[in-house]
Amino acid sequence: MLKKKEKKPSFALVRKRVPYLFILPWIIGFLVFTLGPLVSSLIMSLFDWPITGEAKFIGLNNFTKMFTADPQFYDSLVITFKFAAIFVPLNLIAALVLALLITQPVKGVKIFRTIFYLPAVVSGVAVSIIWGWIFNSEFGVLNYLLSLIGIEGPSWLIDPKWAIVTIVIASAWGVGTMMLIFYTDIKGIPPELYEAASIDGAGPLRQFFSITIPTITPTILFNVITSVIAALQQLTLVLLLTGGGPLKSTYFYGLFVYNNAFKHHQLGYASANAWFMFIIILILTMIIFKSSSTWVFYEAEMKKGGKK
Amino acid sequence: MRITKSHKIIVYSILVIFSLYFLFPFAWALITALKTEGEAFSFPPKFIPDVPQFGNFIEAWKSQPFGTYFKNSVIVTVMTTIGQIISCSLVAYGFARYDFKYKNTLFILLLSTMMIPWDVTMIPLYMEFNLFGWINTLKPLIVPAFFGSAYNIFLLRQFLMNIPKDLESAARIDGANEFQIFYKIFLPIMKGPLTLIAVLNILLVWNDYLGPLIYLNDQSKYTMALGLASFQGVHELQIIPIMAMTLVMIIPPVIVFAFAQKYIVEGVSGSIK
Repeated sequence: MLKKKEKKPSFALVRKRVPYLFILPWIIGFLVFTLGPLVSSLIMSLFDWPITGEAKFIGLNNFTKMFTADPQFYDSLVITFKFAAIFVPLNLIAALVLALLITQPVKGVKIFRTIFYLPAVVSGVAVSIIWGWIFNSEFGVLNYLLSLIGIEGPSWLIDPKWAIVTIVIASAWGVGTMMLIFYTDIKGIPPELYEAASIDGAGPLRQFFSITIPTITPTILFNVITSVIAALQQLTLVLLLTGGGPLKSTYFYGLFVYNNAFKHHQLGYASANAWFMFIIILILTMIIFKSSSTWVFYEAEMKKGGKK
Repeated sequence: MRITKSHKIIVYSILVIFSLYFLFPFAWALITALKTEGEAFSFPPKFIPDVPQFGNFIEAWKSQPFGTYFKNSVIVTVMTTIGQIISCSLVAYGFARYDFKYKNTLFILLLSTMMIPWDVTMIPLYMEFNLFGWINTLKPLIVPAFFGSAYNIFLLRQFLMNIPKDLESAARIDGANEFQIFYKIFLPIMKGPLTLIAVLNILLVWNDYLGPLIYLNDQSKYTMALGLASFQGVHELQIIPIMAMTLVMIIPPVIVFAFAQKYIVEGVSGSIK
C-alpha cells in the first residue's frame, strides 16, 4: 500500500539518501551474514574442502557422490520426509483443534490458552531432557502410566521403530505457537456469519466446514509452509534426544549435514548437502503456493464477487 | 452462540485431557527434581516425594559453573535484544515510510532470506567468524543481531505502514530533521510491536542451542542451554540435578511469557495479514 508521495523540492535531495541510511544496517548484515556465506557455500560445494589442508576443485563430484555413492544420504532424506509427513498434518490438526477449543464460549478458557501455549516458550534442550526422562524405558513414567491401563509400552528411545514417534510427540509439545495463530484468526471471523448460518439451519459441523475453514485458508497455507520448512530442518531434538540413533533410525537430514561438516570435516560435501535441501525447500514452497490458488480464499477476492 | 450443558461438559473434559499433555511433563520434572536418589529410580515411580529435597537445587547449581552459564545467557539475550530493537526499528522505518529506488526489490530480497535453511550458511559463517577471531567468544551470537532480522523487520514494517502519512509531514514543516522524526515521533509509537519483538527475541536466544554449540568451546563461555546439555551428556544418570537445572533454565522464559502474554497473543497473527 504505497501512498502517493507529496513532493517538496527542498527535501528532495535529502530524502533521496536518507532512506538508504535507515536500511543500511540490514544491507550490511545481508551482505556479510547472508549473501556472502550463501555464495561461499555454493562455491565450496564444488570443492573437496577438508578442515585443514588444501581445498581442491572437484566440479560436481560432491553431488555425484551424494546421489550415487552415499546410501546415508537417501536414508536421511527418507527419514526426514517421513517425519515431516507425520508431523506436519498432526501438528496442523492439533493446532486447529486446540484453537477451536479455546474459542469456545465457556468460562476459564483463557487459562487453557495459557496452558497450551506454555511449552512453546521452552524449547530445545529443556524439551529433550524432560521428554527423555518421561520416555526412559527403565524408569520412565510414561510406560508406568500405560501399564496401569494394561498397555505394555515400547522401549521408546531404544527401539528403532519408536524413536521417531518420540521425536514427533516431543516436537508437538510446542504446537502452541501455531494454535495461537489459528486462534486469533478464528476470533476475527464476524459472528454474524455464524448467526446467519444457524438461522438457515446449519449445524456446528456444517458451519465449521462452510465458514471457519474457508475463512482461515490463508492462515492454513502460512502454517503448512512454515511447518514443512521447520520439519525438514529439525536438528536440535534429534541431536539431544536420540543423537540420530538407535541404529540411525532418527538420523535426520539436518544431522547428516551437521555431522558431515563438524564431525567428518567434509566442508565441501556438507555444503553440497545443504544446498540440495535448500533447493528442495524452494521447490516445495513453490508447489504449495501454486496449489494454493485452488484451495485458498482471500477476502479481497471474495468481495470482488467470486472465488476462482 | 448458545451453549448447552452437555456441550460444556464435553468441552471442559477435552480441555482438561489436553492440559495433561502440556502440563504433566513440567510437573514430572519438578517432582523428580525434589526427590531423593532412591525415590527417583524407584519403580513403580513415586508421585509425591516423602520429604521434598529443595536442597537439590542448590547442590546442582554448585556442581557445575551454572552461575557463569546463566550470566553468559543473560549477556547474549540482553545484547541481542538491544541490537534487534535498534536495527529493526531503523530498517523497518526506512522501508515503511519512504519511497526510494529498488525499494520493492530490496524488500522482496529481505523476505526471501527467511527461506534460507540455516545449514546452508552455517559453514561459511563459522569460517568467517573464525577469520574475525570470534570463535569461542560470545560475539558470533550477539553481533548479527545489530543488523536486523527479516521476520522482525517485516513485523514492524506492517505496523508502520498503517500510520497516516500526515504525521511526519507536520513535523517536517516544523523543521524537524528526518532522524528526529524517527526518534521523537515514531519510536514511541512503536512501543507495542517493539515489545513483541523483544519478547520473541528473548525466547529465541535464551533457548538457542545450535549457535552456542558451534561457536563456543570453553565451559567459561557456555550459555545455559549448552551448559545444561553438556552436563546431561556427561552425567546422564544424575537425573535429579539435571531436572533441577532444567527447571532453572525454564524459569526466565516463563516469567517473560507471563508478563508479555498479551503482546504475544495479539502479535503472532498480525504478521500474516
